[in-house]
Amino acid sequence: MSLSTSPRTSTKLFTKLRSQYQLLIMSVPFVVLLIIFSYIPLWGWLMAFQKYSPGKGIWKSPWVGFDNFVTLFHDERFFLVLRNTLVMSGLSLVTGFVGAILLALLLNEVRHSFFKRTIQTVTYIPHFVSMVVIANIVLTFLAPEGIINALLLKLGILNESVFIMGKGELFWFINTLVGLWKELGWSTIIYLAVLAGINPDLYEAADVDGAGRFQKMWNISIPSLMPTAIILLILSMGNIINIGYESQFLLGNPLNLDYSEVLDLYALNLSFGSGEYSVGVALGIFKSIVSLLIVITVNFIAKKSSGIRLF
Amino acid sequence: MKIRLRFRDISFDIVNYVLLALLGFITLYPFINLLAVSLNDPLDTVRGQVYFFPNKFTLDNFKIVFDDSALYMAGLRSILRTVVGTFLSVICTMMLAYTLTRKDFILRKSINLIMIVSMYVTGGIIPSYLLIKGLGLTNSFWVYILPGLIGVFNVIIMRTAMEGLPEGLIESARIEGANDFQVLFRIILPISLPVLATVTLFNSVGHWNSWFDNYLYNTRDNLNLLQYELMKILLQSTSQMVNNASSTGYVDSDAVKNVTPEAIRATMTVIVTFPILLVYPFLQKYFIKGALIGAVKE
Repeated sequence: MSLSTSPRTSTKLFTKLRSQYQLLIMSVPFVVLLIIFSYIPLWGWLMAFQKYSPGKGIWKSPWVGFDNFVTLFHDERFFLVLRNTLVMSGLSLVTGFVGAILLALLLNEVRHSFFKRTIQTVTYIPHFVSMVVIANIVLTFLAPEGIINALLLKLGILNESVFIMGKGELFWFINTLVGLWKELGWSTIIYLAVLAGINPDLYEAADVDGAGRFQKMWNISIPSLMPTAIILLILSMGNIINIGYESQFLLGNPLNLDYSEVLDLYALNLSFGSGEYSVGVALGIFKSIVSLLIVITVNFIAKKSSGIRLF
Repeated sequence: MKIRLRFRDISFDIVNYVLLALLGFITLYPFINLLAVSLNDPLDTVRGQVYFFPNKFTLDNFKIVFDDSALYMAGLRSILRTVVGTFLSVICTMMLAYTLTRKDFILRKSINLIMIVSMYVTGGIIPSYLLIKGLGLTNSFWVYILPGLIGVFNVIIMRTAMEGLPEGLIESARIEGANDFQVLFRIILPISLPVLATVTLFNSVGHWNSWFDNYLYNTRDNLNLLQYELMKILLQSTSQMVNNASSTGYVDSDAVKNVTPEAIRATMTVIVTFPILLVYPFLQKYFIKGALIGAVKE
């Protein structure tokens, strides 16, 4: 049946493949698609070691070794953008993390399930709304003639209206608040599930001992949340250099660019703005390596200190 | 002692309920405000603030947006993308997920590995761009559908749900001679509606909200989506505000006409947000489960 040198095993494989041809039809095309769109771009990493030009392509562009990385690490703008990225993701990591746990604890204390469900439903909404819509809301509210300015004028905090989005120093703050507003509700889901799974006996025993609500929260609820919280923290640490660029792209403008530009946008700018494709790719590689290192480090520390690990 | 405890309990409740209600208000208010602006006379909006309700009710803003043929076409394209993209994604995701529940499937382990690694390793934005350009997918509708056809996250959600189904059901169908397609579409599909709803929601929201692929890959106007049109208006407004901020004494020239960019922006924002608010409450109980599976398995 087969011309192979080990007829028995290859025949077995062949019959198995034949008997599973339907499963193959159901999976292979999609795996091929996944490989094309997720793995073939890795080939493009070679560009970081070339002086790539679109006209010559990856085959004919000259090789330059690590020159692009040297260029990148001598670029002042790169460090400015790196700072923006780290500060903004640090801020959103801390606020999002603390906020989600706090909100989950507060929701967990609500006894009227209708009220609880309503708040949950409402706070999940922004998660599903596009960043374009959110950016529109932000711009409308923070415009010189917008509602925030009107409020500050009325309260006498401001004497004349200002274009708040033009104040670069405020951008990190605004971006953090916007992110918090969008994702806070949604990020409580997993914590609420953990809280719902806590054995009620624990609370009853605490009641018998005369513990108040804060004591129960502190001694039962929060410790129960910790393992989940640490795993989520490890996961998000890997992305600390990898924050999205949507909100920065949409909320950014020439006046706040020194505070709003993040690594991905800078890579785009280098490539399509200045034609420095290779430096842009080098920046991408830098990002991947750093996030990998962070995940491994955090995982190691978490394992040493609490026995919780991801891999 | 007991009374004091109870007093503390009640005051905690009050503070808690007030805080949560305030959070709910802060979340909802921007949408309410935009709706009011979109239903208000544009000139009136320029003159003073609109808070909760329109001062001078009008549907003109909506008429202007719907009469604009470019926006109208963009809306149709967005609907087409959402429907076609979601349909194809859900079907393909379901098939792939099913094969991974079959323990005897010869490629099971390799496919799992390929999927997991693809979640962590990416080539980055520029190599991806060059690939898509090389494949001839720029300036085509398919760039909206093909690259994201299989979401690994969704495959995992579906696989987990299917693994939870009673094994005897599938086994007996196979003994009676049903092939894999029949098992999947006749047996599994009808009892997997909750997870299908979840994945459908995630997919359709993703498609409806996308704009970056439009911005990056489809530079000709004949394939623009609604989100992208809204983004263009956003960027225009931003740059106008930047110009106004850097020059002194400006005149809002558009206010002379009976339409302002603010009103159009608010109206489009309402239109773009509306479908999401429409479907979301009905699917809520399903997708929470899906989100939890995703979070645990991540």
